[in-house]
Amino acid sequence: MSNQATSGAVTAASGVTRGAGARYAMAASRGTANFVLGLLILAVLWGIGGYMIATNPKTANFAGFGLLPTLQAFPELWDMGKLQKATYASGYRLGSGMLIAILVGVPLGIIMGRVQWFRKLSNSPFQLLRMISPLSWMPIAVLVFSSWDGSIVFLVAFASVWPVMYQTAAGLSKVDPAWFKVARNLGATQAQMLTQIILPAISFDIFTGIRLALGVAWVVLVPAELLGVTSGLGYAIKDARETLSYDHLTAMVLTIGIIGYALDTLCALLIKKFSWHRGDM
Amino acid sequence: MSIRGVEINIHGLGYRYSTRGNPTFTNLQLQSRRGEALAIIGRSGCGKSTLLHIIAGLNRPTEGVIEFDGKKVDGPSSRWVMMFQAPHLYPWMKVSQNVGVGLKFAGWPEKEKAERVAEALRLVELQDYAEVSVQDLSGGQQQRVALARSLVMEPELLLLDEPFSALDAFTRSSLQRDVRSIAKKLGFNLIIVTHDIDEAILMADRAVIMAGAPGKIVTEFEVPLPDPRQRQDPAVQAMRSRLMDAFHSAAGKPTGADAHGEEDVDTDSESVTQHA
Repeated sequence: MSNQATSGAVTAASGVTRGAGARYAMAASRGTANFVLGLLILAVLWGIGGYMIATNPKTANFAGFGLLPTLQAFPELWDMGKLQKATYASGYRLGSGMLIAILVGVPLGIIMGRVQWFRKLSNSPFQLLRMISPLSWMPIAVLVFSSWDGSIVFLVAFASVWPVMYQTAAGLSKVDPAWFKVARNLGATQAQMLTQIILPAISFDIFTGIRLALGVAWVVLVPAELLGVTSGLGYAIKDARETLSYDHLTAMVLTIGIIGYALDTLCALLIKKFSWHRGDM
Repeated sequence: MSIRGVEINIHGLGYRYSTRGNPTFTNLQLQSRRGEALAIIGRSGCGKSTLLHIIAGLNRPTEGVIEFDGKKVDGPSSRWVMMFQAPHLYPWMKVSQNVGVGLKFAGWPEKEKAERVAEALRLVELQDYAEVSVQDLSGGQQQRVALARSLVMEPELLLLDEPFSALDAFTRSSLQRDVRSIAKKLGFNLIIVTHDIDEAILMADRAVIMAGAPGKIVTEFEVPLPDPRQRQDPAVQAMRSRLMDAFHSAAGKPTGADAHGEEDVDTDSESVTQHA
């Protein structure tokens, strides 16, 4: 192969990269426009609905649900420290539960993907446990754990471990077995096989599992906080309802949506960063 | 790179996939000189790939012993490295990372590793592709990266399991020539498993034919041809006819021109000229 041919190939490759870059920039700007437009449509619909509630004498008491009162409630909640306190409490429970789910789900998923007898043996008990609604464990969790926090963290972990575990196992089953043979041939130890081959090979699937788990965890967290605890976003909603502060209630609901959306976007970015699959995302 | 070959002795080797199943081969004897390029030719299913995996230490024999320089082989090692039919590169790594992965496993310092990787990439003429993703390479380039990944370990023995069978004729011809020339330059042994008789003649110093069930080595030939070897060279053509006759005799088929090109032995008679 001549040097001229080589540099030609590299130049052609960089040309392809430039073309792909322009396409990516266009797709990104289209994505931003869709994001803004979608939210604007939602805000307009909310604004119209709020206006109709506020102007109808029969529903005027619920005017706090409207867009403007909700937006005005944010600085108020911030100044009172309620927003930060509720977000921190929920974030702690979500983070702890997710961490446990990842620490348990990824190794179990790897074992399921690598060890056939374990996969076969664990299938029925795991499927059975997975099908039980996480919130139905609440009475048992309250008995087992000394604090409400511990119970909620358990529920979040229990709900989110399944997507992490099954996605990890599915990722491993797609891995080219020859990669292990090559690594063994080049002298990889079991630890190197795990850190240098298995984890990078399935990082896309692990992060996809975490993304799915996050959605489930968020859905479980808020109703769990409606029971017993005196902190968190779920509790803040309940508290606002009991004090008839509808603007605070919708502000908290909106906060839940914003945080959930942000976490999902973060996961999507991580998937994109760690994915080696071409054409993903 | 300073590589030296290895003296290979295989005694009474046998293998079966299951205790109740038929043996793939039994009591197999094979020797190879230091720095020799040895081709193992045979039909699909005769056990030649299994034999190669056992020599590489990736499978354990059910009987017999393999010795390299008098020492028993009992597992994989970076001293004997295998190249497979497909490159099996790690797609999340760049070319240089793929080439250096074995050195990383061995805990080499970053600087020395980079030097060795650069040298291996120069040998396979991919020095300008070090920072490119392997997913951007052609099949032939990927197989060159796999070759560099093997060479960087400075192996005493390189085992090739039909490594060019998935490539187009031009790329295959170029890689056959390059692998032999690198092996001869650096002095390491080659064992090539192939069903392509031309490949065996172009790459090997000696060829053995495996046949039968259970498989055994039925005959062997020295290939005393000068380098560089050209496919259209009359001496290469003559050697090809001899090997084809021997192959068909071993398989109990008629010999001579009528028998050539039959069944699953690839004679690869395309007229591929050597190219730069």
